[in-house]
Amino acid sequence: MTSGQLLFLLKGFEGTLVLSVLTFVFGGSLGFVVSLMKVSDRWWVRTVASTYISGLQGLPLLVLMGLAFYGPNIWGITLKPLVAAVLALMFYAAAYFADIWQGCIKSVPKSQWEAAECLGMSRVQRMRLVILPQAVKISLPPTVGFMVQIVKNTSIASLVVGYAELAYNSKILNNSTFQPFLYFGLAALLYFVICYPLSVLSKKMESRLIQR
Amino acid sequence: MTLQLSALSTLMGFVAGTGVAYLRVSNNRLFSIPAAIYVEFIRNTPLLIQAYFLIFGLASIGVDLPIMAGAVIALTINVSAYTAEIMRAGIESIHKGQIEAAHCLGLSKAQVFFRVVLAPATERVYPSLVSQYVLLMLATSILSAVGIDELFGIAARVQSITFRNFEVFIVLGVLYVALSFVVRGAFNLLGKLVFPRLRRLGTPL
Repeated sequence: MTSGQLLFLLKGFEGTLVLSVLTFVFGGSLGFVVSLMKVSDRWWVRTVASTYISGLQGLPLLVLMGLAFYGPNIWGITLKPLVAAVLALMFYAAAYFADIWQGCIKSVPKSQWEAAECLGMSRVQRMRLVILPQAVKISLPPTVGFMVQIVKNTSIASLVVGYAELAYNSKILNNSTFQPFLYFGLAALLYFVICYPLSVLSKKMESRLIQR
Repeated sequence: MTLQLSALSTLMGFVAGTGVAYLRVSNNRLFSIPAAIYVEFIRNTPLLIQAYFLIFGLASIGVDLPIMAGAVIALTINVSAYTAEIMRAGIESIHKGQIEAAHCLGLSKAQVFFRVVLAPATERVYPSLVSQYVLLMLATSILSAVGIDELFGIAARVQSITFRNFEVFIVLGVLYVALSFVVRGAFNLLGKLVFPRLRRLGTPL
């Protein structure tokens, strides 16, 4: 393996990181909105949110990628691979984040809601000052856990939209050198380097939460 | 093809995963540590890379495997690690007293494991197993990347003939959503068949 090939692999590693972070930011924001919709007091808002969640969770990410990539094409817009990949991953991650977070919001004891209401807080105030701070604490371990899923799922981004990330670059290297064990092993190792610390962190936070 | 692929790897993944979970909870560190490493490594790397590694890797050292077999092996390895983690939670949730009581009744070791530990453990974690296997069904689409003609692979070919990319993906999306409902329903039925308590009382354990 030459240093150029290693650099190419690391370049893919960088692509994976960029894609993961962007997905987390955008998917997290959309997921947050959907999770708030899921606990809304209007039934039709709740229905929209649950339909979104269950619908998106039934779709393979690969299909979503295709829709995000070819969909805008109909109106003559060609998206850059990165944009299409982030778009697909955003909708995908949002569905799972919304599902996780609505559970966390609901797991805040009901008495907290009632107490906040008795103090004369508005619904927005209650959510912002009382419920969300507590829900965030509960939500940290599963959120970090799902970030592992995001990092792993970015590997699919290369298949439809052709975004150059770790899996894509390692495949190209393998195609030209025919050393699959070396390159895919290295790629696996690089993924492991990102994912394992996150998994451990998630587990630690969870056990700390239980202790309290 | 998609269903065949998922069914085969679900079955084999369940058996292998349970085996790994058994090793993982064993008191002998010689077994539990390798099992833990296996689970952690597989769970923290993407399926696509695992499939590439296995299928292209085996081809490069001259093992001539049909592509379908390679795909099933890759999926089995992947899902067995997840199953092992779920089953471990189930096995650990079984009360120690149950096992001691079973020993006192003179059951053999195998009987204790299968009837007293494994059966209720599986029942307890059955919902998580089902969602894992639905995810597996969706994940089979990834294996089109190594040249399997499952639903997604075929769709890709249709696209290259018709150039109607978006429409093909819409149809695919609907098909996968329908499939995931069917698979979930089938697993729920299977659950009712296998666990008599669930069937008669309709309450979770």
